[in-house]
Amino acid sequence: MSDHDRDHVHDHDHSELSEIELRVRALETLLTEKGYIDPPALDALIETYETKIGPKNGARVVAKAWADPDYRARLLEDATAAIAELGFTGRQGEHMVAVENTQTTHNMVVCTLCSCYPWTVLGLPPVWYKSAPYRSRAVRDPRGVLAEFGLKLPEETEIRVWDSTAEVRYLVIPRRPEGTEGWSEERLSGLVSRNSMIGTGLAHDPGTREDAA
Amino acid sequence: MNGAQDLGGQMGFGPIELEENEPNFHANWEERAFAVTLAMGATGSWTLDASRFARESLPPATYLSSSYYEIWTRGLEKLLVANGLATDEELRQGRILQPARPVRRVLTADAVAGTLAKGAPVEREAHQAARFRVGDKVRSKRIHPEHHTRLPRYARDVPGTIEAVHGVHVFPDTNAHGKGEQPAWLYGVLFKGTDIWGPDSDPKLSLRIDLWEPYLDLA
Repeated sequence: MSDHDRDHVHDHDHSELSEIELRVRALETLLTEKGYIDPPALDALIETYETKIGPKNGARVVAKAWADPDYRARLLEDATAAIAELGFTGRQGEHMVAVENTQTTHNMVVCTLCSCYPWTVLGLPPVWYKSAPYRSRAVRDPRGVLAEFGLKLPEETEIRVWDSTAEVRYLVIPRRPEGTEGWSEERLSGLVSRNSMIGTGLAHDPGTREDAA
Repeated sequence: MNGAQDLGGQMGFGPIELEENEPNFHANWEERAFAVTLAMGATGSWTLDASRFARESLPPATYLSSSYYEIWTRGLEKLLVANGLATDEELRQGRILQPARPVRRVLTADAVAGTLAKGAPVEREAHQAARFRVGDKVRSKRIHPEHHTRLPRYARDVPGTIEAVHGVHVFPDTNAHGKGEQPAWLYGVLFKGTDIWGPDSDPKLSLRIDLWEPYLDLA
């Protein structure tokens, strides 16, 4: 390839990058040159949240709470310690509280001020959780919000919204679906959706789940 | 501060956009912005509260029209300049023009797992007794500070009940501004929907909000 061609490719490459892509690229290059960041560490950070830390962690916690009454009691008493028993600790899960849905009360979590979310058990928050429509309405019109998620609760159900304003992070324990008596923790964990642990969904119905599978 | 980030109760943003099987990142630059932000946080050059303030003090029009990792990127740029770690010109050119300043720590790949697993707990030792107990009736203060605060506007000057005493936690209002951790008692406060939103509130709605002692008075 001639120098001319290389320049052309280079220019072409840049012309297709958006302003924000260029901005982030400049940032990473500069901070690497300064020696403040180490690119392999960036790859490791991304890899961790892509493959190791996600809602499967939370599903294991919930399934264990469903299957093991002693664990459920420990989880409700000191969620940070109970979740650490399964090896999930650290960033954005330093101070955990588990809140349990019941026949009469439905819990739902939001962070109106930014995007606080229990990373250790749910991974990184989805875009909608960080978006203005959810953050603005979750605290004022949770029933309207839940309807957009396809969830219609009985009128008499109490709704409690948890606004994550401090470093305490909340994990919703959804109600265990009926017809799952005797199921193993592993099988139960397959019913625990991410949204059910935020409170914008319920655990999957075992019937529909098996049909779908 | 009463910035664009304080979204609770605001109206007009339209329906929630849901995406089936949403990926963690929607573009390569989002991955990099995420990781660069975490790695710079690990240098210990500022607190998490300071980075939240950098984001929320973006001009409201910018905040509301930016995607979340764009907000992170703009916030990080502000922090770098404010802390003398980079200049505007360097950010513009994407190359080093001034010598680097020493940072406390550089996160390496082999330290990532341990650093994430350790996290950064914010609970501190109590040096004085908690002012409130579970069951106490309190009222959140009517305040409008220009600095960082975690008392949302919709929850100001509202009666509530102490439902949990979390312990003594780092106080964001000072920690965001280089004024130290000044740890204070943190409470889980229960509010009735009708006390916050008035007669139009869903009668079955209650809100639980974590609030520090300086935000509260005995009712």
